[in-house]
Amino acid sequence: MSSNLLFAADALLPARNQMAISLGAHIILACFGVAMPAMLFVLHRKGVNGDDAALELAKRWSKISGVLFAIGAVSGTILAFEMGLLWPGLMEQFGDVVGLAFTLEGISFFVEAIFLGIYVYGWGRLPAMTHQLLLLPMIISGMSGTFFIMSVNSWMNAPTGFEIIGGQVVNVNPWAAIFNEAVFLQYLHMLLAAYMVVSFTMVSVYALGWLRGKRDRLHRLGILVPLTFAVIATPIQPIVGHFAGQAIADRQPIKLAAIEGLADTEESVPIFLGGYFDGTEVVNGIEVPIPGLASFLAQNSFDAEVVGLNDVPVEDQPPVNIVRYSFQIMVGIGTGLAMLSTYVGYRWFRHRDTFLDNKWMLRAFIPTGLAAIVAMETGWITTEVGRQPWVVHEVLRTEDAVTNGNWVWFTLIALTVVYIAMFSAGYGVLRSMSKRWAAGETDLESPYGPARIQELVA
Amino acid sequence: MTANAVAAVMFVAITLYAVFAGADFGTGLWDLLAGGAKKGAPMRRLIDKALGPVWEANHVWLIFVFVLLWSGFPRPFATIMRELAIPFWLVGLGIVLRGSGFAFRKFAPTLQAARLAGIVFAGSSLFTPFFLGAIAGAIASGRVGAGITNEVIWLSPTSILGGILATGTCAFLAAVFLTEEAERSGNDELTEYLRKRSLIAGAVTGLISLVGIGVLASDAPTLFDGLTGRGTPEIIIAAIAGSFTMVMLAQGYTRRARFGAVVAVGAVMLGWGFAQFPWILVDNVTIADGAGHPATLTALLVAAAIATVVVVPALILLYTLVDKDQLGH
Ligand code: HDD
Ligand code: HEM
Ligand code: HEM
Repeated sequence: MSSNLLFAADALLPARNQMAISLGAHIILACFGVAMPAMLFVLHRKGVNGDDAALELAKRWSKISGVLFAIGAVSGTILAFEMGLLWPGLMEQFGDVVGLAFTLEGISFFVEAIFLGIYVYGWGRLPAMTHQLLLLPMIISGMSGTFFIMSVNSWMNAPTGFEIIGGQVVNVNPWAAIFNEAVFLQYLHMLLAAYMVVSFTMVSVYALGWLRGKRDRLHRLGILVPLTFAVIATPIQPIVGHFAGQAIADRQPIKLAAIEGLADTEESVPIFLGGYFDGTEVVNGIEVPIPGLASFLAQNSFDAEVVGLNDVPVEDQPPVNIVRYSFQIMVGIGTGLAMLSTYVGYRWFRHRDTFLDNKWMLRAFIPTGLAAIVAMETGWITTEVGRQPWVVHEVLRTEDAVTNGNWVWFTLIALTVVYIAMFSAGYGVLRSMSKRWAAGETDLESPYGPARIQELVA
Repeated sequence: MTANAVAAVMFVAITLYAVFAGADFGTGLWDLLAGGAKKGAPMRRLIDKALGPVWEANHVWLIFVFVLLWSGFPRPFATIMRELAIPFWLVGLGIVLRGSGFAFRKFAPTLQAARLAGIVFAGSSLFTPFFLGAIAGAIASGRVGAGITNEVIWLSPTSILGGILATGTCAFLAAVFLTEEAERSGNDELTEYLRKRSLIAGAVTGLISLVGIGVLASDAPTLFDGLTGRGTPEIIIAAIAGSFTMVMLAQGYTRRARFGAVVAVGAVMLGWGFAQFPWILVDNVTIADGAGHPATLTALLVAAAIATVVVVPALILLYTLVDKDQLGH
C-alpha cells in the first residue's frame, strides 16, 4: 500500500504532462477532421459547377486531409489507451457513466473514417455528384463526434448522471451524463474553435503564397473559401466564450477566481491584464479602467460579489498563474481575430473588386493560423488546469485517478520523442507535397511508383 | 443478461478487428520481404492500394472494443490496463508508427524517406499483433486479475503462443487478401508469388495451432476446457474453413480462398469467446460480476443497434467499392 502511494505520487506529474501533450497534439489534428470536410464541400461544389481550379484545390486538400486524418486517428487511439493506462481510477469508477458518450463518439469516428476512405480514394472514379455528397456524412460525423467527446469533457466540469452513496457510484444515468449542464456551451465553443483553427491555417498558407507572387485562381480560392468560414465563426466565438465564463461563475467559481487572480471574495471586482499573482493579489498588472468589470462580466452587475480562491482550502485551489495567463492569451487572440474578421467583412462588402490588393491585410493573415491554434490550446489549459485538483469537479481528485505504474516518466519521454518525430515527418511530407504541386505534378506518385522509380534507382 | 449481450457485441467487434485489421497488419511481413526498391515496388504499390481506403475504418474496431470494454466493464477494464500496461504501450507505439509510416510513405519526398517510412510501417505492423496476442493470452490463461506479482504475466506460455499465433494469422490473412488483390490487378507473377506465400503462412500457422493445443491444455486449463466444450463447433468450423482455404489456394481460386480465410479466423475468434464464457477475466471475474451499471449496459445495446444501422451499410459500401476497383490512389 505504502509503495503504491509512493508510486502514485510519482506518477501524477508525468501522467499530467503526458495527457496534456497527447491531447494538445491530437486536438490540432482533430480540428482538421471536424472542419476540413465542410471546406472541401464548398470547393468540390464549385468544382462540380465548372470551376476547375476549385476542383483541383479540393483534390489537393483531400490528400492533405488523408495524411492529417491518419495521424489524427493514431493520436486519438493513444488517447483512448491513456484514459485507461494513465487514469484507471477514473475509468474504474466512472467508465460506465461517461462510456455511452465515448461509444457514440466511436460510431461517429467509424462514419468519418469510412467516408474519408471512399472520398480520398474516389477521385476520378466515382461520379462527380456522388463523390461530392460523400462529404456530408463526414461533416455530420465530425460535428457529432465533437459533441460526444466534448460531452465527456464537460461532464468532468459539471458531473451529473450518477449518485455516490457510501462511496459507491450508483443510480447511473448515462444519457443525463451526456446532456450535462456544461455541454452545450463547451460544444459550441469547441466547434467554432475547430473551424477557426482550420480556416485560419489554410488562409495563412495561401496568403503567404499570394504575397510571394502566386496570384492564380487556386490561391485566390485558397484564401477566400476558408476566410469565409473564419469571418463567420470568429465574431461569434467571444460571445460564446463570454457565456461560458458566466456559466463557470456559477458552477466552478474557483476556476473563475483563478482566471481573475482573485484571492478573497469581493464585490465590484476589477480586471487586471498581465502582471503576476503572488498568492494574495495580482501585482504589476494593468487595471482595466472600468470599475467592477469582472463582476459585470461574471454576474451582469458592476457591484456583484465574485467568489475568491480562499473560499476553499489551499489544497483545493488550482495553480493560478498558468490559468490566468492562458485565459488572457486566449481572450486576447480571440478579440484580435474578431476585430480582423470584422474588418475583412467590411472590406468584402465595400471593396470586393480590390479585396486581395491590400497587402497589409494579407500580411495580417499570416500569423492567424498559429494564433488560432494558440488560442485553442490556451483555452484547453484554462479549462483543464483551472479544474485542478479535480479530474471530476468536486467528485474525484486527479491524484486518486492516476495510475500507480512506475513507467510513466518513461512513456512520457517516449511519447514526446515519437510525437516530435511524427509531426516533423508529417510537416516534411506536406511540404514536399506542396512543392511537387507547385512544380506541376498532379498525381503525386509514390517514390516507388513506375514513373519515379526509374529516375530514382540509377 | 444485458451484460452477456454487451459482451457478445464486444466479441463480435474483436472478431471483426481480428479479421480486417489483421489482414492490414499482416501486410507488414510481405512488405518487409518484398526486396529492394525496384524489385519490391509492385508489392508495395499493391499494399498501398489495398490498405489506403480501408485501414482507418478497420482500425476503428479496436476503438469500439475499447469503449465497449470500459463502458460495459469498467472495473475489469481498469484491472487489464493496470496489469498489462506495458504490452498496451507497445501496441500503442506500434499503432502510431504503423499509421504514420503508412501515410507518410506514399507521399515521401525521396526514395530514402520512403524506405525509412516503409520500414517503420512494416516493422511496427509485425510486432503490434504479437503484443495484442500476448494480451489476449494473459487474459485467456487466467492471469489477469489474479494478483500475480512474481511473473511477467504477458510473457507466459499462453501469451507467447497468442503472440505468435496472432502474428502468423495476420500474415496468412494478408497473404490471402493480397493474392486476390494481385489477381484482380492482373499481375500474374505477383499473384503466384503471394499464392505460394499464403500456402506457407497457412501451413505454418496451422501447425503452430496444433502445437498450441498442448500449451493451452497445461497453461490455460479453463480456456482449454471451453475450447473442447462450448467452443467446439467453432473450432471445427475453423478447421474445415482453414483446410478449404488451403485447397482453394492450391487450386488457384483466390476469392474462395479469401472467403475461407475470413471464416476460419472469425470462427477461431468466436470460439475463443465462447470458450471463455462466462468469464470476462478468465478464472477471476465473470461477465456478470464485472459488468457496469445496468442503465449503461442497456444504453450500450442501443448504441450497438445504432452502429448496426449506421456503420454496417457504410462499411459494406466501402468494401464493395474496393472490390469493384472503384477506389484508386
Ligand atoms: C480558437 C479558439 C478560441 C478562441 C478565439 C476563444 N476560445 Fe475560449 N476556449 C477555447 C477556444 C477559444 C477552447 C479550446 O475550445 C475551450 C477549452 C474547452 C472549451 O470548451 O473550449 C475554451 C475555453 C474557454 C473557457 C472555459 C470554459 C470552461 O472551463 O468550462 C472560457 C471562460 C472561454 N473559453 C472564454 C473565451 C472568451 C471570453 C473568448 C473571447 C475572445 C474566447 N474564449 C476565445
Ligand atoms: C475536444 C476534443 C476532441 C475532439 C474535437 C476530437 C475529434 C476527433 C475527430 C474529429 C476524430 C476523427 C478524425 C481524425 O481521424 O482525425 C478523432 C479521432 C480520434 N479521437 Fe479525438 N477528439 C477529441 C479528443 C479526444 C479524446 C479526449 C480522446 C480519448 C479518448 C479521443 C479519441 C480519439 C480516437 C480514438 C480517434 C481515432 C478514431 C479513428 O480511428 O478514426 N479524442 N478525434
Ligand atoms: C474533450 C476531451 C478531453 C478529455 C476527456 C480530457 C481529459 C483529461 C484528463 C482525464 C486529464 C487528467 C486529469 C486532470 O489533470 O484533470 C486531463 C488533463 C489535461 N488536459 Fe484534458 N481532456 C480533454 C481535452 C483536452 C485538450 C484538447 C487539451 C489541449 C491542450 C487538454 C489539456 C489538458 C491539460 C493541459 C491537462 C493537464 C492539467 C493539469 O494536470 O494541471 N485537454 N484532461
